[in-house]
Amino acid sequence: MSSAVAPAVSRGPAKVPGSRERAGDRLFRLIISGFAGIILLAAFALAWQLTRESLSTWKTFGLGFLFTSTWDPVADQFGALPFLYGTAVSSLLALLIAVPLGVGAAVFLTELAPKRLAEVLMFAIELLAAVPSVILGLMGIFILVPVMRSLGAPYGVGMLTAGLILAFMVLPYITTITREVLLTVPRPLKEAMYALGATRWEVVRGVSLPFARSGIIGAVFLSLGRALGETMAVTMVIGNAPKISANLLEPGYSMAAVIANELAEAASDAHLSALVAIGLVLMGVTLVVNGAARLMIYRLGKRS
Amino acid sequence: MNEAHYARRKKINALMFTLTAICAAVASGTLLAILGYIAWKGASSLNWDFLIHLPKPVGEKGGGIVNSIVGSAKVVGLAGLMGIPVGVLGGVYLAEYGRGKYAFAVRYAADVMNGVPSIVVGLFAYALIVHPMKKFSALSGSVALAFIMIPIVLRNTEEFLRLVPGTIREAALALGVPRWKVTVLVIVPTAGRGILTGALLALARVAGETAPLIFTAFGNRFNDNGWLNPIATLPHTIYTYAISPYEDWHNQAWAAALILMAFVLLVNVTARVWLRPSSGTSH
Repeated sequence: MSSAVAPAVSRGPAKVPGSRERAGDRLFRLIISGFAGIILLAAFALAWQLTRESLSTWKTFGLGFLFTSTWDPVADQFGALPFLYGTAVSSLLALLIAVPLGVGAAVFLTELAPKRLAEVLMFAIELLAAVPSVILGLMGIFILVPVMRSLGAPYGVGMLTAGLILAFMVLPYITTITREVLLTVPRPLKEAMYALGATRWEVVRGVSLPFARSGIIGAVFLSLGRALGETMAVTMVIGNAPKISANLLEPGYSMAAVIANELAEAASDAHLSALVAIGLVLMGVTLVVNGAARLMIYRLGKRS
Repeated sequence: MNEAHYARRKKINALMFTLTAICAAVASGTLLAILGYIAWKGASSLNWDFLIHLPKPVGEKGGGIVNSIVGSAKVVGLAGLMGIPVGVLGGVYLAEYGRGKYAFAVRYAADVMNGVPSIVVGLFAYALIVHPMKKFSALSGSVALAFIMIPIVLRNTEEFLRLVPGTIREAALALGVPRWKVTVLVIVPTAGRGILTGALLALARVAGETAPLIFTAFGNRFNDNGWLNPIATLPHTIYTYAISPYEDWHNQAWAAALILMAFVLLVNVTARVWLRPSSGTSH
């Protein structure tokens, strides 16, 4: 990709026939293109650093690193499967809870609620996205965990608790994006169906939701990307036990959580390298998921 | 028969909309519940002494979190000093010259960096600064937060610059003003409010970030004057206090959460109110 960079810089803005770029303009363009390049550089440096620092793990364990489940820093034995499992399960649980809730809320706010009420409620939902994750984690520890315990969960902390907290973190994304897509549904389509005598819900189900489908799927992928990488709220309530259990009430562990918990105290280079390797995998997975989200939203943009 | 069918459809309609109303109530009620609970729990431990004193030794009751407040201000401030100029200038580039392959690559990189989990950005800062220096530092925390800010500020700046009407640019260019001056003195100020708000929101966002600070800024129970030593930050202190076994620390975590939440909320509400009358441009 870097070979494409050099010629493109000197090409500059679209030329107006007969115009020549002044020296000051040229300098200005070079300077700000340099600043723009910092993020490009950072992206490459990030990938390179993580690869370099995790190299010894890949050399020692190969791809088996991802498929074994012994995590024993003392014996320098590392397998990331419990973390992959915990991240996947807690994120999917979050989506399972948040998608119906978010889409439902968006439908209400677009199709039924009075405009003023919808604005106020939307404001509250958007602000929910601004709540720092450590605060949601705090709520999780002191409210959700005792509640889960009183409902019969043996520990209170666990996969399901993490999924619940994550659901509230991604709920604003799903609601906001779904609402934006629903607002773009052409009026004539809806009116045509009303003219046939359809009820409001039938219009939502027959016209609005199918029209918004790819946007909603995009929102789901975007939320998945957020949920996979979310650290604090999960670390605080998932239980931090590196084991694989089909019981959702049992404690688990996630990729982000193990990095957060162990990196600062990583005893050996091998331990550090294994944690960075988990970070690299996490980055790769979120890249793919976010790419899919962008693809869905791009397809939507092309259609409308 | 037909009557019954019609009644059933109406019933389904009412049922579904009741359900969606409940969804909306849950989604928007969560914020109120969080705010209310934090205000209630936090206010009881919050007082002036808490704000201006250092933490007491572990196990001793009382003490404050002044080091975390100062630390957060330092780390987030430095992150802003690094991240905002880079993001704004990069955004100006994308809006003004953003056509070629290079601009495409920059935009793509910004989207990628925006989607990278913050803990991975923290790993990056760790590998970049902490590991070579063999030391946790305020600087490394700021660098991590700056890398989180840049893509947000960059894309926001680009979006607001694109809202500036072409006629304004053409009017300035027609007067013979050099293009760079048009950009700096006309276009950017026109979108200034939007750009500034975006930068503020990005600051508020990273002020609540904890994950990338655990192994960069690391935390410290004292005040620290330098940039190259471990430093306490508000979100990290909330985290360590929350998972500690001490009742007193739990209460302090709630009070610290109240301070952090108040700051984040203040910035967000201000930004929205400020942007509402005109979305960066006047039309």
